Amino acid sequence: MFDTDELVINMGPQHPSTHGVLRVVLKLDGERVVDSDVVIGYLHRGIEKLSENRDWTQIILLTDRMDYVAAATNNLGYCETVEKLMSLEVPRRARYIRTILAELQRIASHCLWLGTHAMDIGAMTVFLYAFRERELILDLFEEYCGARLTYNSMRIGGLPLDISPGWDKKVREFCTIMDEKVDDYEQLLTNNRIWLERTRQVGVISGPEAVAIGLSGPALRGSGVARDLRKDEPYAAYDEFEFDIPLGGAGDTYDRYLVRLEEFRQSVRIVRQALDGLPSGPIIGKVPRLIKPPAGETYHAIEAPKGEIGYFIVSDGKSTNPYRFRVRPPSFCNLQALPRLIKGHLVADVVALIGSLDIVLGEVDR
Amino acid sequence: MLDTVVIPLLKILILLNGVLIAVTYMVLLERKVIAWVQVRLGPMRVGPYGILQPIADAVKLMVKEDITPTRADKWVFTAAPIIVIVPALIVFAVIPFGDQVDLFGRTVSLYVTDINVGLLYIVSVASIGVYGIILGGWASNSKYPLLASLRASAQLISYEVAVTMTLVSLIVVAGSLSMVQIVRAQQDAHVWFVFLQPVAFVLYFIGGLAETNRAPFDLPEAEQELTGGFHTEYSGMRFALFFLAEYANMIVVSAVATTLFWGGWLRPFPSIQVAPLAWLGLVPGWIWFLAKTFVFLYVFLWVRATLPRYRYDQLMRLGWKVLIPLAIANLIVTGFVKVLL
Repeated sequence: MFDTDELVINMGPQHPSTHGVLRVVLKLDGERVVDSDVVIGYLHRGIEKLSENRDWTQIILLTDRMDYVAAATNNLGYCETVEKLMSLEVPRRARYIRTILAELQRIASHCLWLGTHAMDIGAMTVFLYAFRERELILDLFEEYCGARLTYNSMRIGGLPLDISPGWDKKVREFCTIMDEKVDDYEQLLTNNRIWLERTRQVGVISGPEAVAIGLSGPALRGSGVARDLRKDEPYAAYDEFEFDIPLGGAGDTYDRYLVRLEEFRQSVRIVRQALDGLPSGPIIGKVPRLIKPPAGETYHAIEAPKGEIGYFIVSDGKSTNPYRFRVRPPSFCNLQALPRLIKGHLVADVVALIGSLDIVLGEVDR
Repeated sequence: MLDTVVIPLLKILILLNGVLIAVTYMVLLERKVIAWVQVRLGPMRVGPYGILQPIADAVKLMVKEDITPTRADKWVFTAAPIIVIVPALIVFAVIPFGDQVDLFGRTVSLYVTDINVGLLYIVSVASIGVYGIILGGWASNSKYPLLASLRASAQLISYEVAVTMTLVSLIVVAGSLSMVQIVRAQQDAHVWFVFLQPVAFVLYFIGGLAETNRAPFDLPEAEQELTGGFHTEYSGMRFALFFLAEYANMIVVSAVATTLFWGGWLRPFPSIQVAPLAWLGLVPGWIWFLAKTFVFLYVFLWVRATLPRYRYDQLMRLGWKVLIPLAIANLIVTGFVKVLL
């Protein structure tokens, strides 16, 4: 009787819920997504190419600018890759402090995720609460290295700075606060009927499918696949601590939410153990003045808050910069699942699912 | 002359100004309350504790450039905010803020008019406002506002049915459609109607949240999904009219809830005349009315600060599959009880 047209709508690159400059071209039938096309590249700065013209130490601060809400983890991944290439030994104290920083960073990144994800679904108070706790972590980082967002907090072979006296006590205080606050978040959302309706059975992805797409991190574990590099291929000092890997079952938005909330608690647990066992000693190993790794190539991945961040580095053994530098960013790989996830869902679910994948465009585009 | 023209005109003048001031201060109140919930301070710069913020906002909105998109339908685009704001304001005509008071030796009633179909008038006039939202979204000739106006039409129509159904069962209890008579009926019944019709009150309040586009039913203006919804293309004073209408509608819903369910201007325990409660009678009726209305307005803000947003299909399901059947069941039960007693 009537002809219906599909409505093509541009969500982004300037849209409040695409977490930066993501552009999703949606084909809508009413409000239902028939087809979608994810357009990226608005934040491309050529970090990988730039890195091939910087010396090995300078690259650390370029890695800050990829996933800018989890800069310390990026630093860690890069430094460990170069250490692997050079077969450098990192002192135990440095590995412990690196672990503490990485886990604090995970909490900070998850705080940002929780806040924006809840905001996308309409619960705006959680946003402010989560940012309040993130602020405390930024203060801790500021005290450690002077920066609040792009830390440049690690060096090849160890750390630039030891922790200042009393810093560990402040971290402990933060751990106590965080434990309470996670319960607060749960009280606001976990059993909230509207939250359940908005997240359950939304964007379901099965374990095998998630593996096939290349999901990693909480998005993969939400589908029940037990893969966490902290356990599977331990780096830094993770093999010395006890912690659990939370897993989801159904693989929907709600499971991914629960996994991340539990990771808050596990991160706090790791930080506490690291503080308890913090060894004394040097914070940087025996590193040559001029860093010039031997010719060869290596790949090393660590568990960033958003998934596996891997670095592939080729050194020609002659110059003071890498011959080839390539990053496997978790956000980029996780974003591949978006068209598959949003198909058949409503516009309101699109923003929920973008939030649920936890992407940072700085890392997607690099 | 004095009774038929001057006094009603004066009342309208006072009411209109009062409502507009109340509405602008509702905006401040909302920002403050939500800020307190979110461990922030809210507006603090304009005047002590930000109390002059509404004035600054109004000035800002008035001097802002008023843009009409080139491809918009100019007449409808201009008419839409007017269609929204006018019903929101004229509804106040039948809301009884209090009973009669003696002022300068005359007996003055604290409502502009008392028509015998007051409640019907409120329901019908209030439902005109949605046309403004639909037309505004359509006339913008933009995709997000269009989606929003589709949402608005579906949402408001379905919740209108639920709310009206609910009110019917209250009318059965009160035996009148006049707002003043409904309050008097509560005096005669010695009890506020919320105790006779608790289900109706809950349904009415949920429906009221949905009808005023407030969280968790604020789909037509879901900023995170539709970048502002139906008023995306509006700026300056025209945008302000949409904004004012939303808050005016919140006040209407709260005032109607107070009048119908919580005894209007009546004090608590309206007909118990014992000494310990005597002080309650000293407070003028209009203060009781405003205080009760304020409580509901606060709940509006509280809900907004706490709850996530429903999805479009869930909202419709809640309306048609929960609220309307409950409202009809409530009406049937009320009818039986009324006949049997």
